[in-house]
Amino acid sequence: MKKMNKTTKNNFINYGLVLVLFAVAQTLSATGNLSNLLQGLLVPLCVYTIASISLNLVVGFSGELSLGHAGFMCVGAYSSALFSNVVGDALPSVPRLILAILVGAAVAAVFGILIGVPVLRLRGDYLAIVTLAFGEIIKNLVNILYVGVDENGIHVTTNSSGLKLAAGGKKIMKGALGISGTSTLYKDIKPYFFLIGVILILITLFIVQNLVHSRSGRAIMAARDNRIAAESIGINVTKYKLLAFTVSAALAGVAGVLYAHNISMLKVSIFDYNLSIMILVYVVLGGIGSIRGSIIATIVLYALPEMLRGFSTYRMLIYAIVLIIMMLFNWAPAAIDWRKRVLEKIHNKLPKKEAA
Amino acid sequence: MSFISYLKDGISLGSVYAIIALGYTMVYGIAKMLNFAHGDVIMVGAFVILTAITKAGLSPLLSVVLGVIICTVLGVVIEMVAYRPLRKASSNLAVLITAIGVSYLLQNLALLIFGADAKSFVPVINFPSLTLFDGRLTIKGVTIVTILACIIIMVGLTLFVSKTKPGRAMQAVSEDRDAAQLMGVNVNATISLTFAIGSGLAAIAGLLLCSAYPTLTPYTGAMPGIKAFVAAVFGGIGSIPGAMVGGILLGVIEIFGRAYISSQVADAIVFAVLIIVLLVKPAGLFGKNIQEKV
Amino acid sequence: MRNWKKALGVAAAVAMAATTLPTAVFAEGEETFKIGIIGPMTGDYAQYGTNVYNAAVVAAEEINAAGGINGYQVEILAAGDDQGDPEKAVNAYNDLLDKGMQMLCGTVTSGACIAVGAEAAETTFLFTPSGSAVDCITAGSNEFRMCFTDPMQGSKSAEYIAEKGLATKVAVLYDSMADYNVGVHDAFVEAAPEFGLEVVADEAYTTDSNTDYSVQLGKIKESGAELLFLPNYYSDNALILQQAADIDLDVIIFGVDGMDGILSVENFDTSLAEGVMLLTPFSATAEDEATVNFVTAYKAANNDETPNQFAADAYDVLYAIKAAAEDAGITPDMSNEDISAAMSASMLNIEIEGLTGTAKWTEDGECDKSPKAVVIKDGVYEMME
Repeated sequence: MKKMNKTTKNNFINYGLVLVLFAVAQTLSATGNLSNLLQGLLVPLCVYTIASISLNLVVGFSGELSLGHAGFMCVGAYSSALFSNVVGDALPSVPRLILAILVGAAVAAVFGILIGVPVLRLRGDYLAIVTLAFGEIIKNLVNILYVGVDENGIHVTTNSSGLKLAAGGKKIMKGALGISGTSTLYKDIKPYFFLIGVILILITLFIVQNLVHSRSGRAIMAARDNRIAAESIGINVTKYKLLAFTVSAALAGVAGVLYAHNISMLKVSIFDYNLSIMILVYVVLGGIGSIRGSIIATIVLYALPEMLRGFSTYRMLIYAIVLIIMMLFNWAPAAIDWRKRVLEKIHNKLPKKEAA
Repeated sequence: MSFISYLKDGISLGSVYAIIALGYTMVYGIAKMLNFAHGDVIMVGAFVILTAITKAGLSPLLSVVLGVIICTVLGVVIEMVAYRPLRKASSNLAVLITAIGVSYLLQNLALLIFGADAKSFVPVINFPSLTLFDGRLTIKGVTIVTILACIIIMVGLTLFVSKTKPGRAMQAVSEDRDAAQLMGVNVNATISLTFAIGSGLAAIAGLLLCSAYPTLTPYTGAMPGIKAFVAAVFGGIGSIPGAMVGGILLGVIEIFGRAYISSQVADAIVFAVLIIVLLVKPAGLFGKNIQEKV
Repeated sequence: MRNWKKALGVAAAVAMAATTLPTAVFAEGEETFKIGIIGPMTGDYAQYGTNVYNAAVVAAEEINAAGGINGYQVEILAAGDDQGDPEKAVNAYNDLLDKGMQMLCGTVTSGACIAVGAEAAETTFLFTPSGSAVDCITAGSNEFRMCFTDPMQGSKSAEYIAEKGLATKVAVLYDSMADYNVGVHDAFVEAAPEFGLEVVADEAYTTDSNTDYSVQLGKIKESGAELLFLPNYYSDNALILQQAADIDLDVIIFGVDGMDGILSVENFDTSLAEGVMLLTPFSATAEDEATVNFVTAYKAANNDETPNQFAADAYDVLYAIKAAAEDAGITPDMSNEDISAAMSASMLNIEIEGLTGTAKWTEDGECDKSPKAVVIKDGVYEMME
């Protein structure tokens, strides 16, 4: 076998990690060792893993602080849930879900371009606040939409009484009441949602890793490290940044699709800046630019507050403290030095091994 | 007439944003970090003042002083424990995330101590309201006090930063931390002082916020904190007069959006205006445009 | 550097340690009925979730002191916090199942309840004290509700206003980002024309800007409305009433069950609520024996806080569960599905005299009770005809 280069190896480790985690979860589940809580966490974990890998593309590789990721999840979730509800039983669930995923990704990508073009002219914290602003605008606008369907087609208004449907028509989206019952359209394939989620993670990994290690990816990173130098050698910085931003938005849209189809209640208020920040926390704690870090941090940090349920009222307090401690432990230069020293000590005590 | 009335409402709301933004921008300008926990320090300040008045029976003035002291100490402690170790971290996002952790911590501590039930804030500011145009326009006493406080704080901070020795040390730290250190400025002490001032102002902002909109829960500070952050960016982050102008403009836009367009999408309108302003002036209204060097 | 591995290892260890800790508050040797509560215990809506939990604990203690259900004690499991989020509610539901939950009193908020309702359908008996959206209990035949539905509250309010001739020109001010408020609002606005009411001002605010209502109240004042309908929770309504007083808005204020609790907001000037009318099933100041006993017990257990209608609904849910369980003769060793089926059948046979009125249940899980209209006079509720 030919020697793999380092990046290819790294990429395969990531795929392997996901597959191993999947296998472990499936084995535990099949042998009845997985609690209901953990069983229920599997699909949400896929949702947020996709979201954090895709955000890492923007924050880690493109070097832009985006606080509007929830907005892309929101458009992906709503467009796909609308699609599923409008199509209904006209299509069997598997092709319907595949189309819904494509719809969600496409709509989120369009929003990514629309938002990326103006936003990517800005830098640093100003870019952060503008993405936050776009996220909040999306939430606000989706919140006032009422959508119904009857034999004459699809009707869209901004207030409940304005939605005049013919007899037999169905209100699908009801403003702040959102869309309910999407998951019941997929009752037959609900047990396979975790598998579908894992496949989507693998696809996400494939897209992101190939993009990062492609010519475009190197241009994106060159622009991150030194924009002016990159421009001076003829790299169209804006174009490549827009590419990364759009791909990231589309993948966030996919995360939104999975969210919307896994739960029977979709309401817009959860797609606020707090969700964007939560995903950013996963990315930063996992290591900016480290895809494997994003995966592991997402799993640990999403599961942590759920595991802390035994502490009842102290749960979120403990979560906050653990978050602060982990950040200090991971990022503070003093902690990093201390860890290095400890590791060296351990290393010196162990018999030396020759690297293969 | 309704235009002037809306303008007045906008300024009333904006003055509250402005007073929060002043503390925000102070910390941002000098410590160069987005302190997401600032809104929650405001909430703590308001709770301390309310508890001191209603439970301990202290006089309003004494309670406010107590609130300022506790918030100042809290700000300095937060900076020392949670932010300082990360000041030299390889990415400035690390401290941003820690600030979010501190924000959760303060909210949940307040939830455990004060409970989840909303509390009404007691009237502390008894300033007479101003009636104009034969009673057709009334400006509330709280608004007048808030605007006066904003102006005093803005002028005071500007003078402090430009005229006093610790203030000039702050400027030096803001410009170039390492160079300031070489020039003999105690960077740690200067940043501590910045947090002390910013958090002390947060207690006053808490008082004025809860006097204008007298309701208090552990989450009261979160949304005004975000709005004030927007206001600070609007005015040009780090600029003290910018924070005041940004805050007031934000309030006026929000009220006009609600009045003339739609109250359902007023938040979207505010953010849309912010985006337009930043696209035209990428560093905010009063921000310095820094030329990048190779 | 790949140092995150160790840090995450530490975190994982903390998490694992957490799960192994004992969770149930009162573990006893013999079998008990385990009832779970799901609702927002932290976050923006925490006050409603904690009210439900605390009241359920009060009810369970009373039931246990009186001999329990069918001779078995009732155990309220540690509160399942959902922060009002549907996804976290499902997580809490799964966690409570792990802890042996046999019946669910929840969830508290509508959106979360719809999500949990889909999971619990035909498997675990679900009884929501306050999930008021229609879809909360439509997923399964084993799902019941204690409170009124949003559409019912909205249309009943319109009907009541028209019948009593309170006003013909009405205004509405509501939170357009919260499901409960929107549900009641939409039903009210749709029903108003049927009863000859004209909605002259339909104003909204959002959860993100729920402090300043000057513009909306100004427009309502200009619109010439005679009555202002406020389908919001009392914490927002307290601020609205204060600001309405500031601009001398002289209209009748009409609220629904979310308005209940306004008189017990700490430091609130109750004179502002003078003359406010509301349709509510519960009054903490009522002088009947059941209410007085409940309020006294609740206050004693909870720092002297006054319970609101969320608490009263939860208290009634526990007693309805008791009545149905005794009718069905269930025992704790039965499976969730069997309990669920037996309880669902018995729910149709029972009638309880609760704090929120005399209640019976229909086959689709709705509670058949009539709302009471009250008016606030001298800081207390007074029944209206």
